[in-house]
Amino acid sequence: MIKSLDPRVTRAEIEIENPIAPLNELDQWETYEVFHQKKRGDQHMHVGIVHAPNAEMAFLFGKEQYGRRGFSVNIWVVKTRDVFASEYDDSDIFDTVPEKQYREAGGYKVMEKINKYKKGV
Amino acid sequence: MYGNAYIDPNDKAAAMLAGEDPQKLDAFEKRIAAGEKIEPKDWMPREYRKQLIRMIEQHAHSEIIGALPEGTWITRAPGFRRKLALMAKVQDEVGHAQLLYSAAETLGKSREAMINDLITGKSKYSNVFNYPAFTWADACIIAWLIDAGAIINQVANAKGSYGPYCRALDRICTEESFHLKYGHDNVVTLATGTQKQREMVQGALTRWWPPIMHFFGPSDKISNHTEILMRWKVKMASNDDMRQQFLNMYVPKIWDLGLVLPDPNLKKNDAGIWEYTEPDWEEFKKVINGGGPCNAERLAVRRNAEERGRWVREALNTSESKYIVPLA
Repeated sequence: MIKSLDPRVTRAEIEIENPIAPLNELDQWETYEVFHQKKRGDQHMHVGIVHAPNAEMAFLFGKEQYGRRGFSVNIWVVKTRDVFASEYDDSDIFDTVPEKQYREAGGYKVMEKINKYKKGV
Repeated sequence: MYGNAYIDPNDKAAAMLAGEDPQKLDAFEKRIAAGEKIEPKDWMPREYRKQLIRMIEQHAHSEIIGALPEGTWITRAPGFRRKLALMAKVQDEVGHAQLLYSAAETLGKSREAMINDLITGKSKYSNVFNYPAFTWADACIIAWLIDAGAIINQVANAKGSYGPYCRALDRICTEESFHLKYGHDNVVTLATGTQKQREMVQGALTRWWPPIMHFFGPSDKISNHTEILMRWKVKMASNDDMRQQFLNMYVPKIWDLGLVLPDPNLKKNDAGIWEYTEPDWEEFKKVINGGGPCNAERLAVRRNAEERGRWVREALNTSESKYIVPLA
């Protein structure tokens, strides 16, 4: 038995030689992605993952892990395997977006035309 | 692979790049040089993945084992407020381990595999946690100076190239700032207290100074290998640079309190560099390889926790669970 400086360890009556079977696959469960909202009106932000056996436990772990500091009003947890994500390798699918100036307010410049018109009048 | 080109076994730099696709490697290095982060599913050199797994995993193990010497004093912390604060700090450390394990998992090593490597002694963790916290003052010195060292290391690594590790470290550094203030407050209380309290904190400081000097590791050998890891922003600062930064920030604060450091050669020279007696690296090696005062106890306690919790984890597991590598 370990005689420890830590009374909790001594009380737990632990053998110093205590080989154990290795943890099996999924011993630590699957993962959930956690989304956190700081205050009403804010977007929920992805903050990381937790390992959990079900959504309720994922919620509890998510609250402890990501909501124990500062402000929180809401948390979402989603199974990692339910997230459908794009691949970074395919990020060229977004390439033409910045070129589509007709979708942007900045793509419309009328002052030049107005000033020219006024001068001409 | 490029056939069987001969690689000099002594040329670690060549070995670490052997067989990598030069075009992909070039794009990868350009991305890092431009200050962009690497994300989990990106192409990365094998050695980059391997070194990051090793580093992040060890960091996670350190957080979880570090909770043991500090937790020693939860039951006997002087006063309710300090007990609450110490419990919060220890919870943070365990939370940091969770964040770091998650970051390492994105590189493809499962959490179970990492825990198995910890409890069998295959993976390492920070050497300092193989020393005991004899008194309350030891816990105070750990909270102040070990956390100070950890912050220097973590702030440097938070500017690294691997996205998930940087994100975890940003969160960790924010939380560590409370640890540092809490530890400093405790040390100042003892150092400005009664004669007995001063003796207690001086004793703890004297005991912890050698492990603190070991904390950043031995001087790096300047090799092509380290050069590549620095280019890949896996290693962000040399061990000696971090040790200098630590001495520069904390020795004056320690001396301010009239405490004595057990190294007669410790001084800042005219060039602004700290001089010190070279730490005993043989002792460091002995402890890291299992020969320290607490190695066996730490791992036995860890194994015990895994074993006694196993039935709960199994009872909660459902057959439809399926593990996939976390996204970010």
